[in-house]
Amino acid sequence: MTEAGYPDDLLYHDQHDWARLEGDEHAVFGITWYAQDSLGEVVFYDPPELGAAIDKDSSYAEVESVKAVSDVIAPLSGEIVEVNDALADSPEKINEDPYGEGWLVKVRLSAASETDALLSAAEYRKLLDG
Amino acid sequence: MKTPLHDQHLASGAKLIDFAGWEMPVTYEGVREEHVAVRTHAGVFDVSHMGEVEVEGPGALAFLQRVLSNDVAAIAVGGAQYSCLCAEDGGVLDDLFAYRLGGDRYLIVTNSANHAADLAWLGRWSRDFDVAVRDVADRYAMLAVQGPHARMIVGRSLVVAPPPRMRVSAERVGGRPALVCGTGYTGEDGVELLVDPEVAPAIWAELLDAGVVPCGLGARDTLRLEACFHLHGNDLTPQRNPIEAGLGWCCKEATGFVGAEAVARARAGGTAERLAPFRVEGAGIPRQGNPVMLGEERVGEVTSGSFSPSLEIGIGMAYVRSELAEPDTEVEIDVRGKRRAARIASKPLYASPSSPKEK
Repeated sequence: MTEAGYPDDLLYHDQHDWARLEGDEHAVFGITWYAQDSLGEVVFYDPPELGAAIDKDSSYAEVESVKAVSDVIAPLSGEIVEVNDALADSPEKINEDPYGEGWLVKVRLSAASETDALLSAAEYRKLLDG
Repeated sequence: MKTPLHDQHLASGAKLIDFAGWEMPVTYEGVREEHVAVRTHAGVFDVSHMGEVEVEGPGALAFLQRVLSNDVAAIAVGGAQYSCLCAEDGGVLDDLFAYRLGGDRYLIVTNSANHAADLAWLGRWSRDFDVAVRDVADRYAMLAVQGPHARMIVGRSLVVAPPPRMRVSAERVGGRPALVCGTGYTGEDGVELLVDPEVAPAIWAELLDAGVVPCGLGARDTLRLEACFHLHGNDLTPQRNPIEAGLGWCCKEATGFVGAEAVARARAGGTAERLAPFRVEGAGIPRQGNPVMLGEERVGEVTSGSFSPSLEIGIGMAYVRSELAEPDTEVEIDVRGKRRAARIASKPLYASPSSPKEK
């Protein structure tokens, strides 16, 4: 597993998800170091369908460790344009590289202004420390 | 409540959960690593939350024969035996091991969640017998050392001669009297140690120094499920009898135990449902409570489900209609609204090369 960390270039949702903005219209989503550490080793990732509409603050996928299943919450609203197929064979990437190879989906954003409600890395760290 | 090894768990970085009122380690480094350690090497579990009851007196055998489902007369001194504790209607109140420590002295090891109720039940039935039933849970810490190398490491590092499978021997461990039992709940060879709580931390440290991997309840659950050992509260309940649970082999109705008539009826007449192990064919991890489906019909319910670290697929046990409880029957598991193809399997779901046959 990786060291704890929360990159400064990401936006965070208080349900332990991150978003990396790509231009004005797209973003990549994943779960944070804290989320994967709490869950333990991920053994199964159930991705959404391509083209599915997802809503901010609602579940769009599931990740499972040996012991537990956890909903993944969308930090922003939009439409799924890509899912990380490599996770089907190696879901442990979510633990090993949560901000890189462990990314979950790429989304075309439908309400870019929603980013205002997300947390910076510093704010998210503060939430975890609280 | 905390076990005598609580500080050791914190020092080893355990994630603790509440289990039947006990603060217990669920994992240290990861469920999968701990599971693999037990399958390939040796792991140690703190199972001090388990309860112990001593039964002693001239009427001990007759009493236990009355309350336990198995033929207690078949246990020689130094022997061990698995049994159900049944209610009058045959419902399973608990499943447990009985160890014969002496001619008129037995120790039974209860599930922690059932310990108090078991004690009350045993106390009530003991009135008709010349026997003393004592709660001795405080007298023991319990460590399960399991895996193909467990016996060798315990023998060498604790300087004891572990008894054969399904036997118990009185030894000194850590300078205090202890019981070393050739039993376990993982489907691997190994021993269970009943030791003085005061010396449990030193024994734990000794085993870790010898390379034994600390393992939590998470791995204990995946290991026992691969071996198809029942978990009381999931796969066994007072609403199920031993026959439908697949435990007819440990019920000897001729002994006249409490519940024997109901068990005999279930055995002769069959039961509407039976507990069956299954494997998921593709993606999906079944969990307790998931419906078992045949077409649009609900034909059963998962009582234990998990990812299998050895098989790398979803596995479980479910009560299904008896006619479906045969190996190779194809069913579907409704995992949170998604249908997952599954196939009924035979026991065990995973057989280790060193796997002992008994629970």
